[in-house]
Amino acid sequence: MVERYSRGRVAFVAFNYIFLTLMAAICLMPLIHVLAVSFSSSQAAAAGYVKLWPVQFTFRSYEFVSSKKEFLDSMLITLQRVGIGVSLNMLLTVLIAYPLSKETSAFRSRTVYAWIFVFTILFGGGLIPLYMMVKDTMILDSIWALVLPGAVPVFNVILMLNFFRGLPKDLEEAAYIDGAGHLTVLWKIYIPLSMASLATVTLFSTVGHWNAWFDGLIFMNSPADYPLQSYLQTVVIQQDLSMFSVKSMERYSEINDQTAKSAQIFLGALPILLLYPFLQRFFIKGIVLGSVKE
Amino acid sequence: MKIRWTRKIGSLRTLPLHLMILPGLALVLIYSYGPMIGIAMAFERYIPTRGIAGSEWIGWDNFRYLLDMPDSMDILRNTIIISFMKIVAGLFVPIIVALLLNEVRKESFKRGIQTMIYLPHFLSWIILGGVLIDILSPTNGFVNDILGWFGIEPIYFLGSNSWFRIVLVTSDVWKEFGFNTIVYLAALTGINPSLYEAAIMDGANRWKQAFHVTLPGMLPIIVLLAVLSLGNVLNAGFDQVFNLYSPQVYETGDIIDTFVYRVGLVETQYGVATAAGLFKSVVSCFFVIAAYVMAYRIANYRIF
Repeated sequence: MVERYSRGRVAFVAFNYIFLTLMAAICLMPLIHVLAVSFSSSQAAAAGYVKLWPVQFTFRSYEFVSSKKEFLDSMLITLQRVGIGVSLNMLLTVLIAYPLSKETSAFRSRTVYAWIFVFTILFGGGLIPLYMMVKDTMILDSIWALVLPGAVPVFNVILMLNFFRGLPKDLEEAAYIDGAGHLTVLWKIYIPLSMASLATVTLFSTVGHWNAWFDGLIFMNSPADYPLQSYLQTVVIQQDLSMFSVKSMERYSEINDQTAKSAQIFLGALPILLLYPFLQRFFIKGIVLGSVKE
Repeated sequence: MKIRWTRKIGSLRTLPLHLMILPGLALVLIYSYGPMIGIAMAFERYIPTRGIAGSEWIGWDNFRYLLDMPDSMDILRNTIIISFMKIVAGLFVPIIVALLLNEVRKESFKRGIQTMIYLPHFLSWIILGGVLIDILSPTNGFVNDILGWFGIEPIYFLGSNSWFRIVLVTSDVWKEFGFNTIVYLAALTGINPSLYEAAIMDGANRWKQAFHVTLPGMLPIIVLLAVLSLGNVLNAGFDQVFNLYSPQVYETGDIIDTFVYRVGLVETQYGVATAAGLFKSVVSCFFVIAAYVMAYRIANYRIF
């Protein structure tokens, strides 16, 4: 390959590496900036000296945040929500995807069920009717309001059922002949063979519950029940300080607004930052399998 | 007699399948189909204490009220313009990045870049909104600092009607371009290597290979994703707009979803908000179905 060493090629490769590095930097820079502000002294942050490196390095904003009851409470609610919500999402995804992955000849009602679920992505009642429904089922102000309305993630169901359909049928038939029922087949054959896809769907569901904020804002009347992102929304975006207790207000005034906010923004993103690189190879495979079909 | 008997065995065999679906079905019926009853509110002067059955039926009045509002055309136009700009920008950037990443021979570099550009997709608009408000600040925001080096006056990006949509589109592309490259990269690895060999035999250089082999190879998936994204043309991004906008930029930034939120849950005009929401649901439904039908016709795409 002569062209590999041509001058144009070398220039292109150099440009390519620089350009891609720049794109990656643009993706990371804002987070680095937030991290830098959170570790800086309040004076330096207020004066606008902090760019990508902390100025007058300090842990004070983290000390402040870690002692703030509102922040810790909301974190606890989010953890609870992720625990309940993801288990429920996964259980329902698998339980719905398995029957729907059967051939219509083996499970005639499949088409009807599939349409009932798919129709919910095409048409919805809208925000106000949903709010009324949550109110009418008496789950307003409880963790169930955050978990039940989205308990069936239809897109994940479609991803899983497409994956299930690709599994070799021989294993299943052999199991039936040995006397296995549907639950055994699902548990002993489908699930062990679908770990990559299940990991993808679990990641999506976890990220979804971790990042959700709007339902917390509208279904919880008391800010004390807000999950983390709803709490952050009021503090960081609305800059509403009325939900601080008097005690933390006093300490808040000692600390610069910006450094405390940055610390909370960073902590709100941290679990995702830690979780996703490990699951990356799964979700790439999972997305490709679920979306590009031959 | 015999046929009946086997049918019974057949239904016994599928009974566990029905039972498996039951809990999910119940939840969907309550929280997805239940609210569809509430759509009746769009045709009522809804009063919460009287409920849906007890409120006064007013036919199309809520819709007429919406049409007569001075802002309603602005809101519809904003929704379509913002989401259309996002669709176009969001289509091109990932294709370019995927093509460039495909030229990288060093596997570790490629993986590293991918890990970094996927990241913003997984962060919420609360986190990114907080970051954007900070770095776009006109007083000491990062972006205005950089513009300052070139002697440009500070710009109030989030408070200016001429900049707000550009901020929305740019930040949306920033959040999603990495993640959207996944599918294009997958399409690239699916291109038959013998096509490249043939092109080289014919004397094609790298650029010609890219134009005559790579791009045509990607075309089906590009068309498919473009068609499918048209189904979402009324979803301009509630999370993003809600967390970045302010009354100053309602003129260019207010979209149907944020309008429904304000009118419904803030001003508690349930009937009017439901009517606006219903309009969006019906039109969206039409677009989504049209998109799926086109995707099936053009690319033989099925959701399952």
